Amino acid sequence: MPLLPDVSTSPPADAEAQCRQLAELIRPHLHRHPAFIGIHSGGAWIAERLKESLGLSEGIGLIDVSFYRDDFAEKGLHPQVKPTVIPFDVEGRHLILVDDVLYTGRTTRAALNELFDYGRPASVSLAVLADRGGRELPIGATYCVWQVELRDGQNLVLTRHADGQLAWRLENA
Amino acid sequence: MHNPQLNKDGELTHLLSLDGLPERILTQILDTAESFMEVSARDVKKVPLLRGKSVFNLFFENSTRTRTTFEIAAKRLSADVINLDINKSSASKGETLLDTIDNLVAMHANLFVVRHASSGAPYLIAEHLQNIGRDDVHVVNAGDGRHAHPTQGLLDMYTIRHYKKDFTQLRVAIVGDILHSRVARSDIHALTTLGVPEVRAIGPETLLPKHLDKLGVHVFHDMEQGLKDVDVIIMLRLQNERMTGALLPSAGEYFRHYGLTPQKLALAKADAIVMHPGPMNRGVEIHSAVADGPQAVILPQVTFGIAVRMAVMSIVAGN
Repeated sequence: MPLLPDVSTSPPADAEAQCRQLAELIRPHLHRHPAFIGIHSGGAWIAERLKESLGLSEGIGLIDVSFYRDDFAEKGLHPQVKPTVIPFDVEGRHLILVDDVLYTGRTTRAALNELFDYGRPASVSLAVLADRGGRELPIGATYCVWQVELRDGQNLVLTRHADGQLAWRLENA
Repeated sequence: MHNPQLNKDGELTHLLSLDGLPERILTQILDTAESFMEVSARDVKKVPLLRGKSVFNLFFENSTRTRTTFEIAAKRLSADVINLDINKSSASKGETLLDTIDNLVAMHANLFVVRHASSGAPYLIAEHLQNIGRDDVHVVNAGDGRHAHPTQGLLDMYTIRHYKKDFTQLRVAIVGDILHSRVARSDIHALTTLGVPEVRAIGPETLLPKHLDKLGVHVFHDMEQGLKDVDVIIMLRLQNERMTGALLPSAGEYFRHYGLTPQKLALAKADAIVMHPGPMNRGVEIHSAVADGPQAVILPQVTFGIAVRMAVMSIVAGN
């Protein structure tokens, strides 16, 4: 990974512009008629943006991986679980899983497990706005617009303002 | 006051009674159950949350529906389920309840689902687990004596929320044998906590507990008055097996006064829903035309019950 400016001092990246860049990375692959599934909650917002930018007619899926997480024994069940809604048959489809930040890879692992309980997709790709490194599993993004280095304890969180605009927030533990 | 159901962080670690549980926990369970409804609609009706955990169904009292729905719920969470029919085993050989529990803990039980004829038995088990330092083992009350049936209360709340959306505008009538009903007690606590402004109890004086008004419940002895303009009707089963002494002249007499017929149902709001915890006595507390009619939501209650029990087990097992 190239040496990058410290995000805590540099101006915040424009999440809306990044969504449009992500759409352009995916556009050349639309001939495979991929179906989009956003991981709750940031990934779902980005998937909505991709649907608009790419002019997709099919509804997007929403996945909440709480029932498939590997830290249930330590952390218990997340207090606000959202239903997973997949409005299409995943069997034989090319799926694009959408998330805001790729970090340890554990959320992606959980999402893959959940998806395969719905059927056997032809392929699964991963689209993220930001890759902050720190992987703990052999997982990589197929489409990514922002490589970012963060310190331990720092968290990059995608938020949605009251007017619907997406923006990044840097949290220090 | 110390609530034995909550851990030091105020999270649910056992489910013993709905009495004293804050609204945030009731709502968390109902919201989580909504996500589990979706799991039951999939081809693969299973999530790996409780993989490798052992759920022991301890039914010291007979029940088919509740035990079956707990078993399905635990299996959909990928737990191993062991059903113990206590009547036929150790208890009849003289082993005490807590000795039975110690033995099952030694077999690495993670969660006990307990149905017992004595009120308070699940509390005794939860307290014992705390005394022996096993806060990793959880208890869910599946009905204790006349005291509480919290998962039935929760599935009733889920059903009401599903059809009526908002608790704060509702009139809810509970009809029948409230005296012997742990379901009624759990429902009243939950309805009050969730902000239902008017809860009514309808039944003959001999089947209504005294001091219901102290729980904020409006008491009626007449169906015509009690059912007027209600949004939700919860019918209760006439519990023959719990009757001691002559509280009623006859089942036929009871049906004439308190059985829910299409004529009596017409007094409620036109979109009122009819609930029943089962098993139903057709022709005793409910007319078949109502039980099978468009306003009955009795079978959806059973389906919701699985999702609610999945939610309860996964929440307590994680805390």
